[in-house]
Parts: sequence; C-alpha cells; structure tokens
Amino acid sequence: MAGETITTGEYISHHLTNLTYGKLPADYVRVDAEGHTHVLEQAQWTMAHSAQEASDMGFMAIHVDTMGWSIFLGILFCWSFARAAKGATVGVPGGFQNFVEIVIDFIDDNVKSIFHHKNPWVAPLGLTVFCWVFLQNLMDLVPVDWIPELAKLMGIHYMRVVPSTDVNATAGMAIGVFILILYYSIKQKGIGGFAAELAFQPLPKWALPFNLFLELVGLIAKPISLALRLFGNMYAGEMVFIIISLLPFYIQWVLSVPWAIFHILIITLQAFIFSILTIVYIAMAYDKH
Amino acid sequence: MNINLTLLAQLISFAMFVWFCKSFIWPPITEAMEERQKLIADGLNAAEQAGEDLEKAHLEVAEQLTEAKTQAAQILEQANKRASQIVDEAKEQAVSEGQRLKEAAQADIDQEVNRAKEQLRAKVASLALAGAEKILEASIDENAHRSIVDKLAANL
Repeated sequence: MAGETITTGEYISHHLTNLTYGKLPADYVRVDAEGHTHVLEQAQWTMAHSAQEASDMGFMAIHVDTMGWSIFLGILFCWSFARAAKGATVGVPGGFQNFVEIVIDFIDDNVKSIFHHKNPWVAPLGLTVFCWVFLQNLMDLVPVDWIPELAKLMGIHYMRVVPSTDVNATAGMAIGVFILILYYSIKQKGIGGFAAELAFQPLPKWALPFNLFLELVGLIAKPISLALRLFGNMYAGEMVFIIISLLPFYIQWVLSVPWAIFHILIITLQAFIFSILTIVYIAMAYDKH
Repeated sequence: MNINLTLLAQLISFAMFVWFCKSFIWPPITEAMEERQKLIADGLNAAEQAGEDLEKAHLEVAEQLTEAKTQAAQILEQANKRASQIVDEAKEQAVSEGQRLKEAAQADIDQEVNRAKEQLRAKVASLALAGAEKILEASIDENAHRSIVDKLAANL
C-alpha cells in the first residue's frame, strides 16, 4: 500500500531497489535523509542509502537481499532434499520422500529423453536448477509488502525478496550454464572440433567470417536468453503485483488473486524452462552438428 | 538494474548447490527408487508365477479326480463280475455235489440189494440142503454136493 508520505513513483522504485553493500569512490557526495550532504574523504565500503548510491557503486557492490534469499532458498532445497535422501527407504515411501521422488522422477524422465550420453552431473544439475529457480520464483507469491515492511521495522530500508527478479541472479546461473556448455563442447570435440563447428557451418569454408559471426551470436544468445527470459518474466510479474498493491486495500484481491493464481503457472513454467534448456544446451554441446 | 559482484556470488553459490545435489541428494534417492522398482518387478513376477502354478495344480487335481473315478468304476465292475462268478461257481458245485451224493446213495442201495440177494441165496442153499437132508435122511457128503447146491443157488 502506498503511504501518504511517498508518491507512487517513489513507492515503485523503492520496491525495485536492492539492499546493496558496496564501495563508494573517494570524493563521493552522500546526501542523508535530512538533505545534508557530506563528501567522502576516501573510498568506502558501505550500505547504499538510496537507489542512486547503489547504482553509483558500480560493479564493486553486492545485493545483500538477493544473495541472502537465494542462498537461504538454496539451503532450504538442499537441506530438505538431503533429509529425504538420508531417510530414503526401498519400502513404501512416506509423505515428503514421495514428493521428492516425484520431482526427481520428473527431472530424470526429461533428462533421459533429451540427454543421451553418460554424465552423472547433468540430471542433478537439472534438478538443482528446477528446484532453486522454482523456490526463488515462489517468493513472488508472498504479498509484496510483508517482508519489506518487516525489514523496515528492523531498520533495513530496502528488501527485494524475489532473487529471480534480479538480473544478477539469473545471469549468474546462466553464466554457470554457459561455462558448462563451453567445457563440454571442448571436452567432447576438442578445441579444434569446437572451433570448426563455429567456423565451417552452416555455409562452406569460404564464408568463414560470416559463419563465425553467426555461430558466435548463436552461442552467446544461449546464456543471455536463459538469463533474460527468467528475469523478464519474474520482473514483469513482480511489477504487476506492485502496481496492484497501489490500489485501495479492499479492492486489491479482485486483481491480485487471479494474477497470483496465474503466476503459480508462470513460476513453475519458468523454472521448468530454465532447467530443460540447461539440459538441452548441454546435450547440444555433446552432440556433433 | 545494476550488474555487479552479485553475479559472481550467485555463480559460486549455484555451483555449490549443484555440487551438493550431485553428491548428497541425487544418488541415494535414485538408488532407492531403482531398488524399489526392482523389488516391485520381482514381486509381480512371483505373483504371476504363483498364478501359473495354481492353474497347473488345478488341472492336475482335475486329472487325478477323473482317474480316480474311472478306477473306482473299474473296481466296482470287477467286483460285480467276480460276485456273479462266485455265485455261478457255487451253483455248479452244489449241483455236482447233489449228483455225487445221489450216485453214492444209489451205489449204497445197489450194494445193499446185492448183499441181501447173496444172503438170501446162502440162506436158500442151506435151506435146500437142510430140506434135502431131511428128505434123503442119508448123509450126504456135504463137501461133495456143496458145489451143486451152490450152482443151484446161483441160478435163483
């Protein structure tokens, strides 16, 4: 809900600002809440007090909320699944083990239908991507003001709870997948084979520059599309929730309930797409074209 | 939308979670699932086998039952045959025994008649001798005339 003291624009941009810890350069002019300014004498690692400061920190900054929530959710996934794995019985599986087995079976079926080589890493990679991305997306269903308001009570001014609405998080995973694509391409085909694949197709050898350009764009497009698809979907979804929360509280449910229900589909679908494409890209790295 | 160190931090945590999943989550659960799959398959096979065995046992039982029935019928028939045979034999024996008894009685009668005849003859001879003695008064040499009288008696 928009408070009386801030404008709609401020409310939205507040919700879209990460809790950032980073390095402010020397001679940086900081403006505090009362409008006083003071100049930093030397470069300093500190919490950003505004969106402007966060962006001025440049690359040497870290989104504490994104990292905190994503690591918390990753540990939640690891802990709960590892607990099921530890108690896994051959006999009749109980409640949570049953659920874990359904998820694993689902991922395993997909991996087996897409990836036809022997690699013990691919299926667990697909499972981790699916579960982790799903949990990150799931945070989108927590009403947009709950956790930020709680954080404000604890003195934390910025709090974005959906890690997958931060392009750093999605791009971080996509880069991980990209590294695996390069690694397996070179491992399976050799550097020469991989280079030949980039240079000598789709057209014959005389069109080498054109081929190289085309194939490199195709290669780079994989991680970028992976990162931006998830980021774009979740960012847009979160934006819609924020805008809905600007309405009077008694009418919000008319829009937020249908959107949340629809969003259940989106978050699952996006997690599924991310994990399936990860497997597909690695299978492509294995296959000779 | 700032690109910053979060990217690398996220990459590192991603790698760590994948490693954890590959090391501690995936293998034990898939192993348990595969083992259960095998267990269920074995169970189904055993059930199928048992069903087949049961079917076989049913057939065997039916076969044995018919065999037993035919055997019983055979035994009954044989017994009946034997009984009538025994009755026939007994009848035959009784008839022949009667015949034999009758013959023996006849022989006895004949013997008795002959003996009576002999006795009668002997009596007649001695009576004739006594009569002749009386008539002749003379002593007749019994020894000398005995044969004559015997011949006479034999002609009676």
